[in-house]
Amino acid sequence: MPVATANQTIGPYWHLIEDPTWADLTRFGAQGETIVLTGTVTDGGGNTVADAAIEIWQSSPPTSDSFPAFGRCRTDAAGAFRFTTLKPNPVAGLGNARQAPHVAISIFARGLLVALTTRLYFQHEPLNETDPVLALIEDAARRDTLIARKTADKSWHLDIRLQGDNETVFMEF
Amino acid sequence: MTAETAPFRPIVPDSQPANDTPSYGSTHLRHPARPALRIPQSITETTGPAFSAAQFPPMADLSVPNGKQAQGERIIVRGRVVDENDRPVPHTMIEIWQANAGGRYDHPGDQHDAPMDPHFHGGGRVFSDADGWYQFTTIKPGAYPWRNHHNAWRPNHIHYSLFGTGFGQRVITQMYFPGDPLLALDPVYLAVPDKAARERLIAAFDIGVTSPEWALGYRFDFVLRGRRATPTEQA
Repeated sequence: MPVATANQTIGPYWHLIEDPTWADLTRFGAQGETIVLTGTVTDGGGNTVADAAIEIWQSSPPTSDSFPAFGRCRTDAAGAFRFTTLKPNPVAGLGNARQAPHVAISIFARGLLVALTTRLYFQHEPLNETDPVLALIEDAARRDTLIARKTADKSWHLDIRLQGDNETVFMEF
Repeated sequence: MTAETAPFRPIVPDSQPANDTPSYGSTHLRHPARPALRIPQSITETTGPAFSAAQFPPMADLSVPNGKQAQGERIIVRGRVVDENDRPVPHTMIEIWQANAGGRYDHPGDQHDAPMDPHFHGGGRVFSDADGWYQFTTIKPGAYPWRNHHNAWRPNHIHYSLFGTGFGQRVITQMYFPGDPLLALDPVYLAVPDKAARERLIAAFDIGVTSPEWALGYRFDFVLRGRRATPTEQA
């Protein structure tokens, strides 16, 4: 059987394929609870990561012609990204588990040979207490690296730290 | 459980590069220091976005982006997208980007003192067909210096991005060219531990893909992570 193709870094020039409209997942006319997700990416020296591609994917609401459920945004000179999307609903987990609303995040950048993947959860969401992925993280401070804080009505913010103090919990499966 | 939502098989050891690769300087402050959290595969991991050619129009000829011929050696790249179960991945989107023939990207961040080409941008997009085959035309990208270490040069390469049928199949990689002496010196290429896995990143010259009086042809296949169970295996 063939083995999956090796990843290589996205490099600093991936913007050749960038379409800034991809950061708005409602651009095809999606109906629902529109929210804004913002964040920043910093490295182990506390420097902003200004050349990353941030991708989001959500299994809820389901993909449709009006909602791609996928978005991509560059980080700017301040290491910041911003998406407009629909608020996800809880989805099924393994067995009888219910997963709290979440958004999968992939980080591609120069200096990353393989994407880093993580999840964004929403502050004040009661299901966070029983979410099967959050429950895998024993240290509450580590768990908090995945919880976006509410900054305004329908707006959440998550800071992603690639390395060092308060490093984001990255995932594999 | 259908094949389209079955969980993915484990990643084959040494087939993927580690982010902690000291010979590649940009990794030093960017690789996580802690091990990744192993999570179960749920609907978020086993499903993924779908891209239609109607909403994401193909751009299959990078060599004529504005009606005029780009400078350089015209080439055709053709290959197949399959999964680790050796099944074709049909109608899947492939994003493509690369430097021009002189080894410079049409990007404000690239200040390499090589000529820009007004007739080359370097971005493209194609979809595999019903049997997983894809093809595009471009010019062979040049090598370029990149300051990772003294006298560091990237081998000629084309960047690719594929999505497959689930979040677990996402891959971004680079295709190299056969016989390139820079491969033996390149920390990005050498970051893949397994030699055979590395060498699968090198396209093969293919006289069958070569178009007479027009362009040299290269063959390059993609393999996406396989799902654990297929209906056939369950039967």
